[in-house]
Amino acid sequence: MTDIPGNISIRSSGHNRFGPVQYLVCLKGILVREGLRYLHQRERFISSLVRPLLWLFIFAAGFRQVLGVSIIPPYQTYVLYEVYITPGLCGMILLFSGMQSSLSMVYDREMGNMRTLLVSPFPRWFLLMSKLLAGVAVSIVQVYAFLFIAWFWGVKAPASGYILTLPALFIAGMMLGALGMLLSSMIKQLENFAGIMNFVIFPMYFASSALYPLWRVQEASPLLYKICLLNPFTYAVELVRFAFYGKIEWISLAVVCGFTLVFIAGAIIAYDPSRGLVIKKQEGGNN
Amino acid sequence: MRHHMCLLAAAAALPFLAQPGWANMVYVSNEKGNSITVVDSTSMEVVKTIEVGQRPRGITISPDGKIVYVCASDDDTVQMIDTSTGKIVGTLPSGPDPELFILSPDGKTLYVANENDNLVTVINVETRAVVAEIPVGVEPEGMGVSPDGKTIVNTSETTNMAHFIDTSTHEITDNVLVDSRPRYAQFKPDGSEVWVSAEIGGTVSVIDNKTRAVKHKITFDIQGLRSEQIQPVGIRISADGKKAYVALGPANRVAVINAETYEVEKYVLVGQRVWQLAFMPDGKTIISTNGLSNDITFIDTATDEPIKSVTVGQLPWGVAVAPN
Repeated sequence: MTDIPGNISIRSSGHNRFGPVQYLVCLKGILVREGLRYLHQRERFISSLVRPLLWLFIFAAGFRQVLGVSIIPPYQTYVLYEVYITPGLCGMILLFSGMQSSLSMVYDREMGNMRTLLVSPFPRWFLLMSKLLAGVAVSIVQVYAFLFIAWFWGVKAPASGYILTLPALFIAGMMLGALGMLLSSMIKQLENFAGIMNFVIFPMYFASSALYPLWRVQEASPLLYKICLLNPFTYAVELVRFAFYGKIEWISLAVVCGFTLVFIAGAIIAYDPSRGLVIKKQEGGNN
Repeated sequence: MRHHMCLLAAAAALPFLAQPGWANMVYVSNEKGNSITVVDSTSMEVVKTIEVGQRPRGITISPDGKIVYVCASDDDTVQMIDTSTGKIVGTLPSGPDPELFILSPDGKTLYVANENDNLVTVINVETRAVVAEIPVGVEPEGMGVSPDGKTIVNTSETTNMAHFIDTSTHEITDNVLVDSRPRYAQFKPDGSEVWVSAEIGGTVSVIDNKTRAVKHKITFDIQGLRSEQIQPVGIRISADGKKAYVALGPANRVAVINAETYEVEKYVLVGQRVWQLAFMPDGKTIISTNGLSNDITFIDTATDEPIKSVTVGQLPWGVAVAPN
């Protein structure tokens, strides 16, 4: 499947001759490749489910008495802690998935597979966007698999919420995927990426409204509260949380859309598929 | 012709338009706030607060929905509120420290539990006079009346008994021992059973009204909660007798029970220290008062999911819903 973009490049020459059909074929190729890759990596599917489920079953179980006694929008009544953290856990899936698909881009680059993309005559922005869309599609499937299991655990949102939250998940997924892409463009090697995972994923996840309502964070530490407010992940989680109850949190929507555009623009500008190779060659030459 | 029809339609709609705000009002007694909060059940919003006597607890409404009766415990009186004006229009001689009462199905007699005097006071609502005083166990609280009005049940917190009282003779006919600190008594709509909650015992005893013996004890178990946090208080049984709701105090939950099998089907999360309950007249919603979180929660009885919690006054205790 990896050679789909390559095949297209053989058939066509030059950007200008591509019509929408060719673009769609390219997009489909990248989507199918990403989907197949995901299906073949069973561990990845299982681990993407196990992570939030552990939080739901173990972490939240211990906290259910501590929280669940305050009513904040969009909730109309008291909710269990499990219900509160579910949107945060959806965000967590998107965050990990966004980082993981960009991890695969670093891997591709290191392994040389990225050259296939490199020789493709499609514009780079389109290839990146297709890759981003494919990553988001896969992560949304993961989110729904998680919500399906959570439903049996008694964590239920209004039935319409499961549909209404889809656009919110999509926008949030795009933002986090684009962030992952931007980060992957800034690092040189796979080993460095692991470090960034630690410095990006965990701070983003913990310093947000995913685990605790912001009023509670504010009570504990005004500084942490400010950090949470500066964290785009907070807005992604709130966007998803409100969508579950059929409401639009306009500030979150604006912030998430804004950051999505910035990250995508940054990724397109900064992304150079050959950089890893070039550096390696330079390093080899120097030696 | 069309104009005439429009006028007729408008005239017919007038009585409904005149008092839409008073339909199915919910009256909540605020023990610490010394007030009654009036909540519109349609919009689920507070529409009015009525100042009443000190420490209002037990609350009920006349069958025609015109008068709300409130136990002003620390004022040793029962106050009557006109629901159309929201004004206190009279008091009843309840005896000292009235906590909870029950109105006879015909709305003519009020049976009041006097916690400190170990008495049940019987009051004729029309003449506003005490008809009888019935000595019962220590610290009487819960009051239930049979659907035919012939029997009342009083529970005494310290004696741990449910006293069955004949309303024609005002004599205790049976005493049934239940678990520690019985709080509330509720007859099944068909009069076959009386359910009595025991706050410290953590159980609900189902008493057969014919044999006057406990035929079943319902226990509660909520994952992650210590058993002493589960303190059953208010009970309501649906009109068809199939489902019962029990407020579980500091467990912050209302238990949903299959009233035929006595199995607990679900625990509904509500506010803190849930105390009393009331059905909406159509039975589609039940309302809980959550004392420590100062709110009431509307629960959908079809799904048994909480719909909305509404902030009322300080320490909401009891709730009554207008029948019209």
